[in-house]
Amino acid sequence: MGHEMSETLTQDALPASSLSPLAHRRIPRWAPAGIAVAAIALGCGVGAAAGLASHLQWGLISLLLFVGLTYGITAGVEGRRQARDRVATSLVWACFVVAVVPLYSLLQTTISKGVKVLDGNFLTHSMGGVITTQPGGGVYHAVIGTLEQVGLASLIAVPVGLLTAIYLVEYGRGKLAKVVTFFVDVMTGVPSIVAGLFILAFWIIILGFGYSGFAGALALAILMMPVVVRSTEEMLKLVPNELREASLALGVPKWRTILKVVLPTSIGGILTGVMLAVARIAGETAPVLLLVFGNQLINNNPFSGAQSSLPYYVYEQYTNGNDASFDRAWAAALVLIAFVMILNLVARGIARWKAPKTGR
Amino acid sequence: MAKRIDVSGLSAYYGNHRAIEDISMTVEPRSVTAFIGPSGCGKSTFLRTLNRMHEVTPGGRVEGKVMLDDENLYGPGVDPVAVRRTVGMVFQRPNPFPTMSIYDNVAAGLRLNGTARRKSELDGIVEKSLKGANLWNEVKDRLNKPGAGLSGGQQQRLCIARAIAVEPQVLLMDEPCSALDPISTLAIEDLIGQLKERFTIVIVTHNMQQAARVSDRTAFFNLAGVGQPGRLIEIDETQRIFSNPSVQATEDYISGRFG
Repeated sequence: MGHEMSETLTQDALPASSLSPLAHRRIPRWAPAGIAVAAIALGCGVGAAAGLASHLQWGLISLLLFVGLTYGITAGVEGRRQARDRVATSLVWACFVVAVVPLYSLLQTTISKGVKVLDGNFLTHSMGGVITTQPGGGVYHAVIGTLEQVGLASLIAVPVGLLTAIYLVEYGRGKLAKVVTFFVDVMTGVPSIVAGLFILAFWIIILGFGYSGFAGALALAILMMPVVVRSTEEMLKLVPNELREASLALGVPKWRTILKVVLPTSIGGILTGVMLAVARIAGETAPVLLLVFGNQLINNNPFSGAQSSLPYYVYEQYTNGNDASFDRAWAAALVLIAFVMILNLVARGIARWKAPKTGR
Repeated sequence: MAKRIDVSGLSAYYGNHRAIEDISMTVEPRSVTAFIGPSGCGKSTFLRTLNRMHEVTPGGRVEGKVMLDDENLYGPGVDPVAVRRTVGMVFQRPNPFPTMSIYDNVAAGLRLNGTARRKSELDGIVEKSLKGANLWNEVKDRLNKPGAGLSGGQQQRLCIARAIAVEPQVLLMDEPCSALDPISTLAIEDLIGQLKERFTIVIVTHNMQQAARVSDRTAFFNLAGVGQPGRLIEIDETQRIFSNPSVQATEDYISGRFG
């Protein structure tokens, strides 16, 4: 029935002689953008008129108007089917905007509040001898802590994770592989505080080691390992079997095939996965809180004594509850975001550089 | 350097499913033997048992004997890796290593096997192999470009060059032309004609004309029904198979009166 309706609509809307049966009337190319502008203007107007205080509500009204107007206008001009198509398109755009707005606002807030105290001095000094209510001090000890803890965690988790994934994809058959996959899945869901408590109980209480960056790194490694296994597994599965067979048929042993053909082919994706895992643990606060204890001073040795870390530093400064500390917390948050972003960019660079080439 | 293959009482399984049953045949050295037969009759499976690639498939296992001159490929203590260095293989779809250049693709067998050689020696082998695969003139100016950038036919010849660079005794080809256009096919058929002076060649093909053109002997495989194992129906001089086969099923298949 809908089909009939649309047909009558289109036929009503245009003189039969002017167009061939395959062509139909279309709204101009600029129309979607025009509708968007009109919707935003209308939304703001409605919002202001109704006295809505929240700009979020203005935005939501605009979005609804945008989708509604798109449907109404296209249904009138182009017909029902095209209208549905355009509504789907505009919904996708609307969702995109909804997804990007918080991201943008987060970045904007962090940058605008973070740059206030972010300078060379901030990056190269610790909080040693700084009264928390006074401005000054810096994040150096926390950066060192984060680098060492994340580095150590990666040193533990990446080889284990990589080898586990290689086992699962290239060798794993039967029960053992299923059990390993199951436990990796379970580990993916372990909350960071539980990993922290486990290491606290095992490493510090039972074995009697003190608080240290390394204890934190152990907990971070537990969190990182399943992520590395999962992403590497998926990447290895993408390598076509034909390449393995080609290599085996040349008389190359299986381990060399994996090392020289399978891994190089998937190295870009594997690196991206590892970097995502690093980014995930770089922001972990709970295990650091439990195991690294926090420190105002520079401690370069991750194996002994308390350290700080960037997320912990943010938490610590924020709980101080005064303006100088708030500024430091925002600046440290900005440093953390920049750290993760640089890692991601590096990973992308490597992935692009290492990706299989097809150019002539 | 080419070797004779003597197969006796060979069956291959995927798990509990028997794919081919009780195959016995002889492949003469320095000749081309073609395998023909309907899809699913076990030609490729049988081909893969000849260099122990069958067991790479999960659940794949083999019973019976494959003698390469006087060594049983399935004898105790035989290393499948060593077997595959002796019996090379070219696959249905061209599969150059995407991370490697043309040069590295050809050198891959030698390099990955750890038989490290001097650069000059490697250069010589790469050139010789590419010339052997009739590809040298087309790629000699861009040896460092990625192998995946070549056309399909060139990629397949690159794979042949890669296979002959390790100097195998036998070359197995699993429908090497099925993904190629007639001109590339012709190039590869010419190449097979040249290669048989140095290697023992076994080729699986669905193209009857191709079998008639390139092979000295032809083996016809068939299966009794769906789910039944494939069997060797007959093997004979190609001329005889195509003019006067001794089994009615072969004649039916070749003349298209099959099923």
